[in-house]
Amino acid sequence: MTARDVLPIVVVVALLALIPPLVSSNTVLNFLVFTLIIALAAQGWNILGGYGGQYSFGHAVFFGTGAYATAVLQVHAGLNAWLTFGLGIAAGALVGFVIGFLSFRSGLRGSYFALVTLAFAEVFRIVANAAGLTGGAAGILIKLDVRPENFQFQSRGAFVWIGLGLVAAVLLATRAIERARFGAYLTAVRENEDAARALGVDPFRVKLAAITLSAAVTAAAGCLYAQYFLFLDANIAYGAWISVEALVAPIIGGIGTVFGPLVGALALQGLGHLTSHVAGEVPGIDLVVFGVLLIVMVAFAPEGIVGLLARLRRLGRRRPAEAT
Amino acid sequence: MFSPEIVITAVLNGLLTGAVYALVALGLTLVYGVLHIINFAHGALLTTAMFGVLVLRLGFGIDPYLAILVLTPAFYLLGYALQRFVIGPASHGSDANILLVTLGLAIVIENALLAVFRSDTRSIDVPYAFESVDIGIALLALPRVIALAVSIAVALAMWAILALTDIGKAIRAVAKEKLGAALVGIDVAHVYAVTFGLGTASLAVAACLLMPTFYVTPRVGNAFVFVAFTIVVLGGMGSIPGALVGGLFIGVVESLSGLYFGESLGQIGIFLIFIAILLFRPTGLFGARA
Repeated sequence: MTARDVLPIVVVVALLALIPPLVSSNTVLNFLVFTLIIALAAQGWNILGGYGGQYSFGHAVFFGTGAYATAVLQVHAGLNAWLTFGLGIAAGALVGFVIGFLSFRSGLRGSYFALVTLAFAEVFRIVANAAGLTGGAAGILIKLDVRPENFQFQSRGAFVWIGLGLVAAVLLATRAIERARFGAYLTAVRENEDAARALGVDPFRVKLAAITLSAAVTAAAGCLYAQYFLFLDANIAYGAWISVEALVAPIIGGIGTVFGPLVGALALQGLGHLTSHVAGEVPGIDLVVFGVLLIVMVAFAPEGIVGLLARLRRLGRRRPAEAT
Repeated sequence: MFSPEIVITAVLNGLLTGAVYALVALGLTLVYGVLHIINFAHGALLTTAMFGVLVLRLGFGIDPYLAILVLTPAFYLLGYALQRFVIGPASHGSDANILLVTLGLAIVIENALLAVFRSDTRSIDVPYAFESVDIGIALLALPRVIALAVSIAVALAMWAILALTDIGKAIRAVAKEKLGAALVGIDVAHVYAVTFGLGTASLAVAACLLMPTFYVTPRVGNAFVFVAFTIVVLGGMGSIPGALVGGLFIGVVESLSGLYFGESLGQIGIFLIFIAILLFRPTGLFGARA
């Protein structure tokens, strides 16, 4: 990675990091934390779906595993919150590894892979909704004890920074993957699995590594969610909503790009707020807009907002050159 | 455990429920067999049809079984238009895009219904909801028996359309060899849209059969469509006999696992079968194609 790879990431993250000291509005900070959680989940999806071309429709399974591991290990095992945060990520990665191993070994691709991930998320949701350990349908509550060593903070700004730190780490990691051999393998598998194999790439191992990493990142989003809201139930943790957000955000923002998930999450959440502002508190209306946007983007701008901006920039550059 | 009468009744009820499942799966497998796509909007379209039945009943007093005559053509047109003017053009012929567009449609439809009808559980009152038929070994609910009969009729009609009509021949030709069909002058976009329309129309029938004994919420279709996915995968993607047999089988499995493990865990049985088949026998029990 060169300075040119890192600089845009540093600038964007630094600008976002300036918000908490400048803006004290809880609504804005809340919005930002939530958006960063979505962005992180979407970044996870983007590694597997964007770079690897394997569209998961059930990333909730990783989000929920991270979230529940964080909560359950604190509540029932009395472990420290920072420790459970790490364990939650590990648990998500493990689930990703197992699901990836089973699905990719069976050669599931395309719609079949989408279906099987969807089914795994549903199984986890039903089990979490019935099991005693997860609090069943009533949900699980992490005890409120606001101390930094408990990963609980008085100010929402602290959560913004932590969320931003995680998002920044994944931005850098994604850029590094793009530049590394692994990224090239992953893109090769996305573009043509058989051709990639003919060139000596092992698609199974590449996809397995991608889903494990992807799951770890999305699980981190789940851990952060649990720690911020201190409450979970099966429909939050393993609900279809997070699978949808994790998938729609990168597609809107720019699938298979470093900034796509973050841009998409900001755009979606912003739009969601705007819609409920205009239309009033009508349930589901923001998701209607997301769905329409998903179709419109696939139809007219498959490269997403990031791609559109790049296209505009190229146009801007070409014009003066043509004038001379 | 349970007495034989209870188990027999459970099996028979499972078969009756399975008939409606088969109908939902029929549309899904037909679309897959011809367009080679999984229609993720299938469940949302079923929910729409169920709300259609509700509105016709509450607004105009139309009996759900009469509603079949209204909703089936309406949903055929809806399905035709969706494929011809939304899914087809928006996805530029790429499978990954079709996946995303039908998912987008599902999100839009489901949440538009949520915005209009809210998340309340609704049902309709019909005088015959609790009437039953005595077949000697068990008492069966009349609406479920009707559902079985109509489902069989629809399956036969679908077979007749595919086997005996010109458009059926065109559909089979496109399913086998898209390019060849286009070369001999078949309008592939039209055939795709007709197929999608037929799949959606069978959902409308399923909705009319379900509503006398079932409830509707904006998310109710998901429960059915998961079952339908399982059936389609079980029966082999694109196989119509597979969908019918798979539907009846899953109906019985669900009924029995509900009896032995309780309602909420009974559902898991379906998903586990689904995952296991996908992982170990993705061509299904009847399908030949990979």
